[in-house]
Amino acid sequence: MATHPGQLTTQTSHQPRAAVRVKDLHRSFNKAGGVLNGLDLEIAPGEFVALLGRSGSGKSTLLRALAGLDRGVDGTGRIEVPERVSVVFQDSRLLPWKRLLDNVTLGLRSSDAALRGSETLAEVGLAGREKAWPHELSGGEQQRASLARSLVRDPQLLLADEPFGALDALTRIRMHTLLRKLCEVHQPAVLLVTHDVDEAIVLADRVIVLDDGVVRHDARIDLGTRRSQADPAFARLRAELLSELGVEDDHDAVPGRHSATDHAHLDERAAS
Amino acid sequence: MTTMTSSTTAPTRSFTADAVEDVRPTRRRLGPGAPIRFGGLIGIAALLAAWVVGSATGLLDPRTLTEPWTVVETAGTLVENGRLQESLLTSGIRAALGLGLGVAVGTVLALVSGLSRLGEALIDGPIQVKRSIPTLALIPLLILWLGIGEPMKVITIALAVFVPVYIHTHNGLRSIEGRYAELAETLGVTRGEFVRHVVLPGAMPGFLLGMRFAVTSSLLALVVVEVINATSGIGHMITLASNYGQTDIIVVGLVVYALLGVTADAIVRFIERKALSWRRTLAS
Repeated sequence: MATHPGQLTTQTSHQPRAAVRVKDLHRSFNKAGGVLNGLDLEIAPGEFVALLGRSGSGKSTLLRALAGLDRGVDGTGRIEVPERVSVVFQDSRLLPWKRLLDNVTLGLRSSDAALRGSETLAEVGLAGREKAWPHELSGGEQQRASLARSLVRDPQLLLADEPFGALDALTRIRMHTLLRKLCEVHQPAVLLVTHDVDEAIVLADRVIVLDDGVVRHDARIDLGTRRSQADPAFARLRAELLSELGVEDDHDAVPGRHSATDHAHLDERAAS
Repeated sequence: MTTMTSSTTAPTRSFTADAVEDVRPTRRRLGPGAPIRFGGLIGIAALLAAWVVGSATGLLDPRTLTEPWTVVETAGTLVENGRLQESLLTSGIRAALGLGLGVAVGTVLALVSGLSRLGEALIDGPIQVKRSIPTLALIPLLILWLGIGEPMKVITIALAVFVPVYIHTHNGLRSIEGRYAELAETLGVTRGEFVRHVVLPGAMPGFLLGMRFAVTSSLLALVVVEVINATSGIGHMITLASNYGQTDIIVVGLVVYALLGVTADAIVRFIERKALSWRRTLAS
């Protein structure tokens, strides 16, 4: 293992108890071929895992399987997930006929639900907006409300399906910061499905590349807590993940701009 | 030089008193433009004006259509001797009972049919068949079964009302997006909570649209059942007046029906605005 001063506060997979354990998972929508073909995956408690993959690689299928939303899909295998699982969808999926607080606390049965809902709204920067209608919020605010709805349930596992995919680039940067902060506080295990390699590197402790229904690449990100795209290690990891995805790094598109050095502090391990 | 001056994008020049420049290209407007304030009333006012002018100039024979002032006079007399209030009350109660019964039945059936496949299989088919039979065609059968008393009248109105309520509520239920059901599943809500927080509010727009149709249907049915063998109500008043050739009383009755309809529709629209304040539609 490479030594790096900025050690992350993450558990390794040597830990006895895993938050998520997936064994030999098969899922297929038709006879022609499977979407997931014997996938194995373990996520430690509190670990932030980003899931990359081309369209059709089975990212969303895996996420829906973990969320228990794939009734009626053919398949075999074994999935173990914690009791409290929250899902963040790409669309905020706020009920348009409920005010913000009622959306956040929907389905909560404890007597202090409203209080906890308000607190969580404040945590995502929406203090005082309890009575707002969802359509009065901007896209970024709606997604923050949807994060609050997930976190108020105190999840042990947070499943996020391209949660920032529909947001503009600037809002997305703000959401990244917020999500990191919230995860430090609440410490859920996170599985984040994304198309965005940079997003994966900035946010995750570990990046997994899915291809043809199995884990093709499994890299631990050891860049410390300050992750700058100016860091050569960042650039090298980015290029590597892009090549795993079969895409040429667009930083190489303009000649003379390539600046990756070999001072990278990476700790990678190939998938099984 | 100024060849860019075309008919559609000519720069318009206007200077205010302190000569602040406002030069901008303007396109010819193709949409209907800003709404007219109280625009809905203008057509009605024009029609009333035509009636007044027609009667005053003698173009309208009083035997065809009574003069507006005579109608007002007659209405005054009918209010004074209490006939109008009495008839209005009877008709109003009839319509309200039928409407209430029909709305309740239609809503319950729509919920059962919308939330369970078995319910849909049992309920939806018969209602689609019922829908293709005009309710008024059932009146002879209803008279044989129920006689010519109040129950027949109320049930005829209810039968006319429950179909639109059912159709639109059911449609509203079915058009709730599946992603909200999926969300509810991930939040671990019970079936009861799902119905209360997702299904009912989601079906509300459909239900209220159904209500607007239902109100109109109930008044239509009311008119028909009151003309058949009634001994009270606005319809009875009109039928009697028809026998004696009193067009003024007929017109008063028609105006009362119109007022009933407009009032009921306004009430439903008011409820709609309150209940659907979460909706950001083109209308708002």
